[in-house]
Amino acid sequence: MSFFKKSPWVIHYDGSSCNGCDIEVLACLTPLYDIERFGIINTGNPKHADVFLITGTINEQNLEVVRNIYNQMPDPKVVAAIGICATSGGIFRECYNVKGGVDTAIPVDIYIPGCAVRPEAIIDGVVAALGVLEKKAAALKTMKASA
Amino acid sequence: MATRTIVPFGPQHPVLPEPIHLDLVLEDEKVISAIPSIGFIHRGLEKLVEKKDFLEMTYVAERICGICSFIHGQSYCQAIEGVMKIDVPERALYLRTIWGEMSRIHSHLLWLGLFADGFGFESLFMHSWRVREKLLDLIEETTGGRVIFGTAKVGGVRRDMESLTLKRVEDELKIIEKMSHELTDVFKKDSSVKRRTVGKGVLSKEDAITLGAVGPTVRGSGIASDMRKLGYAAYGKISWEPVIETGCDCYARCMVRCRELYQSFDMIYQAMAKIPDGPVDVKVTGNPNGEYFARVEQPRGEVIYYVKGNNTKNLERFRVRTPTFANVPPLVKMLGGCELADVPVIVLTIDPCISCTER
Ligand code: SF4
Repeated sequence: MSFFKKSPWVIHYDGSSCNGCDIEVLACLTPLYDIERFGIINTGNPKHADVFLITGTINEQNLEVVRNIYNQMPDPKVVAAIGICATSGGIFRECYNVKGGVDTAIPVDIYIPGCAVRPEAIIDGVVAALGVLEKKAAALKTMKASA
Repeated sequence: MATRTIVPFGPQHPVLPEPIHLDLVLEDEKVISAIPSIGFIHRGLEKLVEKKDFLEMTYVAERICGICSFIHGQSYCQAIEGVMKIDVPERALYLRTIWGEMSRIHSHLLWLGLFADGFGFESLFMHSWRVREKLLDLIEETTGGRVIFGTAKVGGVRRDMESLTLKRVEDELKIIEKMSHELTDVFKKDSSVKRRTVGKGVLSKEDAITLGAVGPTVRGSGIASDMRKLGYAAYGKISWEPVIETGCDCYARCMVRCRELYQSFDMIYQAMAKIPDGPVDVKVTGNPNGEYFARVEQPRGEVIYYVKGNNTKNLERFRVRTPTFANVPPLVKMLGGCELADVPVIVLTIDPCISCTER
């Protein structure tokens, strides 16, 4: 990945996680890890976001919420599943209310396993997600040019 | 009568990392009533006891909530030990106290940050989390994990701390304590903080009792209720008194947490001075048979663990009553009559942990 020309904005939603991964996502924004130095900003508005960080599993109740946020995000967009819960359901996979990982609801580009994920891994994953975002942006451009 | 509007708050919103949904009924800028609806994070992990055996369930219990993770694990173990009448070695009890208090400090620092963020004091938020990272380093050094400790186990703890480590942890904690003083001084004295918190979200002493508030919420209303006084782990062997404040407002609840920080530091020093030598766990044989209630004080208040075993590997019933659940009715009371802009601050003062509440 070369450097990204624009500042990617992220949005975070907590599926049904245990909080462990959420606070690590927040920890990435605070002074020790500080992903803002890459120009990454956390936003609460899906229409401003390029990267969707989602922690926790998908259940009946939040399925629609997750899909809603995803659909509101403008293209190109990438989704990163954070934590083993979001990746596969993890320790909660056998719970009756859990449908599974995030990919049961929306397409996922990057999987970041760990329970709880370490902030280093999240940063690594987000940087990988930016690579995907760049490719998607390029693909979108060629698609528009040929249309 | 002014016209009424209903403003939905959540589930996805920037104030809390967790989804909670409130329907706020407004009359102009005033909140007339708040109707909470929950269920976005329900996983149903109490039913998981049918699939996982009672020893494995410790790890599930730790993942009820990632913030008070260790104390959840500890409470679960205490409940099982109660059923099976296991005598936990002294050293393990002291280690549980030390880790328990470390996770309380981490939770309170985290909360102070979120609270500062709630009223828009961004630099204070960053500063709290910077101090907290120092503590997380110590936690990682002694347990191996940053937020999920994984050290609680039925019959004791999974790791020991050498005396050298204990000494180092104590030295580091003293530094963290000094850094926290700078932090809590701002919460205590800053006029902009006071303007957002004093007199806001009042919960009178009577209401706190009738509505069954727990933890810092009830202690901020002048009631000394703290489950650690039951003397589980090593709390019976060190000297301390519950922190109470009588202001009944957001400021009082914030002060309770600030003062509890130092209380926790002090408890750790005391426990470190008294910790006896010996083994840190006992072998567990047989299966749980019977039922037991364990009541433990978490950073957010009293948690109740109920377990029922029927002499098989899997428990028959497992139930948790978490502190946030008890604090939701008081929250609804506090929100009545407040201004819309104060809602995030008031919601934060009960330190809601939705993931615990819905499991
Ligand atoms: S992956 Fe582990 S730490 Fe993260 S939300 Fe799931 S259970 Fe919690």
